[in-house]
Amino acid sequence: MLHARVSLPGQSGPVQVHAATPGDTPMLGGMPIDVAHARWLPPIEGLVYGVILNDADSLEHYGDRMHQAPHVKPPTAPVLYIKPYNTHVNHGAVVTLPAGADRVEIGASLGIVFSSSCACVTMESAPASVAGYTLAIDLSLPKDDLYRPPILEKCFDGACPMGPWMVDRDDVPDPNALSIRTYVNDELVATRSTGDMLRPVWKLVTDVCDFMSFHPGDVLLAGYPLTAPTAKPGDRIAVEIDGFGRLECRITLANGVAQ
Amino acid sequence: MKHARVAFDGRIHDVHAATDAPEGMLRLAGGRHASDEQVVWLPPIEPRTAFALAINYADHAKELKFKKPDAPLVFLKGRNAFIGNRATSRRTSDATFMHYECELAVVIGRHAKNVKAADAYAYVAGYTVANDYVIRDYLENYYRPNLRAKNRDGLTVLGPWLVDTADVADPMNLKLRTMVNGKITQNGNTKDMVFGIPALIAYLSSIMTLSPNDVILTGTPEGVVDVQPGDEVVCEIQGIGRLINRVTDDKSYYEGLPPPQAPIGNL
Repeated sequence: MLHARVSLPGQSGPVQVHAATPGDTPMLGGMPIDVAHARWLPPIEGLVYGVILNDADSLEHYGDRMHQAPHVKPPTAPVLYIKPYNTHVNHGAVVTLPAGADRVEIGASLGIVFSSSCACVTMESAPASVAGYTLAIDLSLPKDDLYRPPILEKCFDGACPMGPWMVDRDDVPDPNALSIRTYVNDELVATRSTGDMLRPVWKLVTDVCDFMSFHPGDVLLAGYPLTAPTAKPGDRIAVEIDGFGRLECRITLANGVAQ
Repeated sequence: MKHARVAFDGRIHDVHAATDAPEGMLRLAGGRHASDEQVVWLPPIEPRTAFALAINYADHAKELKFKKPDAPLVFLKGRNAFIGNRATSRRTSDATFMHYECELAVVIGRHAKNVKAADAYAYVAGYTVANDYVIRDYLENYYRPNLRAKNRDGLTVLGPWLVDTADVADPMNLKLRTMVNGKITQNGNTKDMVFGIPALIAYLSSIMTLSPNDVILTGTPEGVVDVQPGDEVVCEIQGIGRLINRVTDDKSYYEGLPPPQAPIGNL
């Protein structure tokens, strides 16, 4: 089953809608919704975390630098960052780049959605804390340096489109064998498999929960390569995973008007 | 006025007190009273986006052998980190250096975007005290200070009170100090911040939109020492509050036991 949050005319707040497949009309209490007048919202309401250096491409790309100053040695534990609430936007969002930015990295990511407080889990117990998965586009201003927390690069308003759907955990038999496709202006620019993750989903959740816990509705982005494609203002971006649907957004430049 | 959130007798109460009210008894919703040791103190706000500043006091930068940063060195925290006054924080058994950080916490009250430093205080709801522990053993040189060292469950203590902006004449001139088992170990003044509150709000709001209940932990001065299970750590900021925490160990934390007694040498 797929779950989404939408805002509908005549409803005082967001409502949960459901569908069997991404192509179906979303249903609210057994009735189809009027898609033309619905506005998609991010499917989750918690905080979003992401991990870096969780794939072979990233390690190869950053390579020797991990043994040089200021890093000195490769990390031993998952290295996380936070995409704060101001970055969370919906499917179909128009994202304004900060003044002066002319490119943005398209971090097409698998988002792991937590259903319950998740601490001290094991590989066996980790799935019980996960509700499902969502598509996310971790938008980042390019920066070839992983020493300091990426506030300027990853925290601008709208830098984390998510959705449209959350997919139930049990509808994804193997989260480590998904193909993620990235499109810019409808042209396929990157394809990767979640099979390249150095810490596959349950190992990642277990290693992160060794030092912190998640709350219901929090999301952990399972990582994307440092060699991700980029987009420029005016571009339309989309990411897809089979069974998850298609998450789209558009990139624009600051025009002096608050977005 | 100052404001707190406490749990008492089966529910959560918002407590509002005039800043000159005597310490000791709290007036709860419905006119009930309880002593400050009868209630469970919660963080006075539920932090939305939580920012923290690294090496934002020149003396602390020197103490840690860092040079003063050219721009604010900001990192983020999740809600898993926050606990209230009088709660316990866990020192893991393999840690060799865990220290407190007494910090003035600035709570945002209005949406803020591209705010000028001169206008920044208009966006502040109030101030509270933070003790932002770190376990230095877990620092790694990626996105440093990394979340494994700085975003551990229950290692950011916040409270007890949120003090209204109007009641703090000059937040950039407040004494702050930490006492471990009654002995003063940290003694500073917010006037020694590298980037002050107006500059921090201007900087952050130039990057992103700030929202009500976003909180900025403004960094800590010199004087950080290792703390052990059993230690009582009290962080005080002049006119803002006195924030109490006790360090516990793995066994007590996981088995629901009170924190151990402080080691004799630490008393």
